[in-house]
Amino acid sequence: MSRPDASAAHPPHRHGDKPVTSLLSILRKPWLWAFIAAGAAFVATAAVTQAGGWGLGMTALTFAAFSVLVGIGQMFVITLGPGNVDLSIPATMTLAGTLALKAMAGDPAMIPVGLAIALASGLAVGVVNYGLIRLLSIPPIIATLSASFLIQSAAIWSNRGLRVKPPQALADFATGRALGVPNVAVVALLVAVLAWVVLERALAGRRVLAIGQNMRAARLAGVPVDAVRFATYVSCAVLAGLAGFLLASFSGGAALNMGAEYLLMSIAVVVIGGSSIAGGNSNVPGIWGASLFMFLIVSMLNSYGAGAGVRMILTGVIIIAIVAAAGGRKVSR
Amino acid sequence: MSDQTDTTPVVALENARKLFGAVRALDGVTLAIAPGECLGLVGHNGAGKSTLVNLVNGGLNLTEGTIRLGAGTASPETSIAAARAAGVRCVFQELSLCPNLTVTENVRIPHRGLTGRGWRRRARAIVAEKLAEIFPGHAIDPGAAVGALSIAERQMVEIAIAFSVFDEPPRLVILDEPTSSLDAGLAEQLLAHVRRFCAAGGAVIFISHMLGEILDIASRIVVMKDGRITEERARGGFDRQGLVDAMGHVAAEGAEDPRAAARSLEGAEVVISTPGGLTARRGEIVGLAGLGGHGQAEALEQICLARSSSWKGTRSPKVAFVAGDRARDGLFPIWSILRNATLSRLPALTRRGLVDRAAEEEMAAEWRRRIGIRTDDMDNPILSLSGGNQQKVLFARALGTSAPVVLMDDPMRGVDVGTKRDVYDMIRAEAAGGRTFIWYSTETEEVCQCDRVYVFRLGRIAAELTGAEITEENILAASFEMEAAE
Amino acid sequence: MNRDQLRILLPVVSLAVLLGAVFWLQPRAMSYLGLNLLFNLAVPIALATIAQMLIIMVNDLDLSIGTFVSFVACVTATLVQTDPVLGYLVLAAGIAGYAAMGALIHLRNLPAIVVTLGMSFVWGGLAVLILPSPGGASPEWLRSLMTVKPPLVPMAIVASVVIAVAAHLLVRRSAFGVVLRGVGGNAASVERAGWSVLKAKAAAYALAGFFGTLSGMALVGLTTAADANIALRYTLLSIAGVILGGGEFTGGRVSPVGAVIGALTLALAGSFLSFMRLSPDWQIGAQGAILILVLAVRLLVSRGRGRRVAA
Repeated sequence: MSRPDASAAHPPHRHGDKPVTSLLSILRKPWLWAFIAAGAAFVATAAVTQAGGWGLGMTALTFAAFSVLVGIGQMFVITLGPGNVDLSIPATMTLAGTLALKAMAGDPAMIPVGLAIALASGLAVGVVNYGLIRLLSIPPIIATLSASFLIQSAAIWSNRGLRVKPPQALADFATGRALGVPNVAVVALLVAVLAWVVLERALAGRRVLAIGQNMRAARLAGVPVDAVRFATYVSCAVLAGLAGFLLASFSGGAALNMGAEYLLMSIAVVVIGGSSIAGGNSNVPGIWGASLFMFLIVSMLNSYGAGAGVRMILTGVIIIAIVAAAGGRKVSR
Repeated sequence: MSDQTDTTPVVALENARKLFGAVRALDGVTLAIAPGECLGLVGHNGAGKSTLVNLVNGGLNLTEGTIRLGAGTASPETSIAAARAAGVRCVFQELSLCPNLTVTENVRIPHRGLTGRGWRRRARAIVAEKLAEIFPGHAIDPGAAVGALSIAERQMVEIAIAFSVFDEPPRLVILDEPTSSLDAGLAEQLLAHVRRFCAAGGAVIFISHMLGEILDIASRIVVMKDGRITEERARGGFDRQGLVDAMGHVAAEGAEDPRAAARSLEGAEVVISTPGGLTARRGEIVGLAGLGGHGQAEALEQICLARSSSWKGTRSPKVAFVAGDRARDGLFPIWSILRNATLSRLPALTRRGLVDRAAEEEMAAEWRRRIGIRTDDMDNPILSLSGGNQQKVLFARALGTSAPVVLMDDPMRGVDVGTKRDVYDMIRAEAAGGRTFIWYSTETEEVCQCDRVYVFRLGRIAAELTGAEITEENILAASFEMEAAE
Repeated sequence: MNRDQLRILLPVVSLAVLLGAVFWLQPRAMSYLGLNLLFNLAVPIALATIAQMLIIMVNDLDLSIGTFVSFVACVTATLVQTDPVLGYLVLAAGIAGYAAMGALIHLRNLPAIVVTLGMSFVWGGLAVLILPSPGGASPEWLRSLMTVKPPLVPMAIVASVVIAVAAHLLVRRSAFGVVLRGVGGNAASVERAGWSVLKAKAAAYALAGFFGTLSGMALVGLTTAADANIALRYTLLSIAGVILGGGEFTGGRVSPVGAVIGALTLALAGSFLSFMRLSPDWQIGAQGAILILVLAVRLLVSRGRGRRVAA
């Protein structure tokens, strides 16, 4: 017996009064709220900080860039539908940063090699992750979690000994600015534009969205489900590798816990950015808004004198509050 | 049970209405069930039987009208707890035991008072006693996990639990297709138990597509159609044909049945041949028939999965699939009509990985016109469409590809007559153009339009009918044949 | 052999194999003192594993159990020590927090991983507030309870048996536990029988909070001090323990006895790896590898059985 359709809940669009509609439709964009919240946090922080608005803005762009890189990867994974999440991002960042810096050993000529190694370690992690998911048919959470412990061990093992400094040219690039805008933010912006094109314009993005809404229907409609999911997990890990490479270069060396805060961060920016945690519905601009917000809220708490404990508690509470307010998708069937 | 002379209805519905959004699932039903009565309830899928059941067992509240349980007061509101307290028990169509619990432990779920020291021993006694009473000679171990039992055994356990007596005796037991997974012997044991139960003053609502059972067991038969009770007669008031007619069978709608004569395509190239013995030729319309759930849908799914890759997309798919269970197999609920319609065709509309949006819109507009999707804008959400129009979108998705074979999994469920006629015409035209259709349908009228029919029984092909052999009688006979043989 | 027996066999065999390997490598471990050392930290891990099992039982996953145990450890090492009334109130509030988390997840139909991940920051932040730098002290009674030396068998083993039996009675034998497992198996049917799934989920989470609290207290009793990061690795250990013990991620199929055995195996694995002179760098990875290995073995076993049934 077919279920009663939910048609009553979705009255057909009314045309006419176009301008009002378009204004309203912008206001309904989920990512707008992330930017509004980020703006509010910016004003509140800039009011008390000594660095001034410009400095604060540039710092926010720099730190948000790292969250954007991992957040976009996580967004594609979460878009694949309920149960899909990559918990190995922090370990991947650490591994990629460590291996790349070790390979370069401070030699500027080796920078391309280092980048390649960082991306390749992301690639390897992605392959392992999806291999575990598919071959052992275990939930992605468990697969990526257990993989992350192997990766972490690999990172610890390779990191043993001294903290290797990045080549000076690379460190300059990671901390430098082009036309006043931090280089890492430019990189993150380019990645975001690419991700937007894939999600909104490309066949691949359409397939990811389809799988996230109804994987069974997607398979029956001819979507190569395994290929798309594989590519998504690999892209996420490669982006984490890139983020780890840049972060290690930015902070003057790879540290074992350097990825730690990006586990919650990557999920949080997806949720706050207005993507549906239940999958199938995502947007890229929101990732930027949410990343700026997450940095600025911490700066704000800092500048108002809150300690580490309070900052952590508020971060957790904000994320839970936003997830709870957005609510899960009603299970259909 | 208690009092033979008590004639207060166990449940009385007065002008009951239930709306789901704009859909009238139940449209003014007045019905009282007296102790000692076995009410046979029949009707096609979507006639409102399940809604009626859910009202009686407290799972849904009425939109309008009232319900009265036993000697209570009439009210538009009810609850599961109130229905249970009044002795209403239910055996659902989908099995509702917890597979991870043992048979004994499953007794505990409905019997809330079963706690404290020795509850397990008591639960075991309750279920063992009932199983032995209803299904003498059964081999079910009450300590076994339900997940390890066969479907028939689970159904038996569920029935036994529903009839079991704990703190309140069952006064009304609703059996929704209780024999669908039982063999003939077990079904007979169940019917015998229902008779004993009713003779002792219990009431039963018996829902079944097996009309023979209904005619055999029911003391009163109620026929439902479109959310209403259309006919109601006491035992003996219906014969088999009368009951079929009362359900508003195809005969009424298909009077001018423009049935195309089955074509013989002996010489045409074979495009599908499965290990299960199913073959289909170029341009042929192959029907899959038989009772619901006997492996037709699985056969279609296997054909679809075997002929498409999960690793490589393609511009020219070998098969296209039209889902019947739209929510589960077809729809992308967040998307627009346009995106739902174009998904399968999309690889062919892609240049260098990017979707050619103009071509996509063109394709959507063409299919909107060809198949008549009723909407003012293809960018509206898919869920804004009626069920029939959603189904048209799924047809457009499949027919819009270049796939030479189209698989249809009972796609006409809950679709209005007008849409059906449009789609029949389109299928014939496409088949004439060389497309092959494999069409599973629960409606005999549709199967009779096919060139060749496979009748499924117990997951296998039980008969192959061609040409003039394709008749309702032959299909029914083949559907039951093996049961008689066993 | 039925499914339940098979489920418990795998953890028992792995524990036996591992124990045999340890004794073979280090025969001196085969003594009261040796066993005591080997299983030293098994009790808090076993308790945390039971907590995780209760969450997995209702088809969720708790990524905050490690930080919660750390939080409890910090409270126990400070407030319970200095101001017992306030200390126990805070611990009770923690359990109530777990119940509220379960209710919220059910009411708003939220993904448990995101909510528990968020909560892990809350517990972590609270722990930092209560105990900014490692320290504190164990309440005297707790210290003596955890270090008591019963005759014949070390405390860790005795306590593990007690935990296993108690959890088994609660989850597998009691009428209440049946309803909780029923929610994991078929929530719709439990709801249809007139139970409140909301209450059941809140109860399962509250019980998890209770066992998590016991875990944190036991940990302080053993280590005599706490810090905010003391038990972070318990999140993975507890998940691995449940799975190793024959539990499944969905469907309410969990085994408390198996979970405790799984926890003992993991505790032993740590000792075994150090006997093998495996560098501490690989300890975490080895635990991840064990988890993957167990899942692979189980897949092979169930495939083999599936083939036999089909044949």
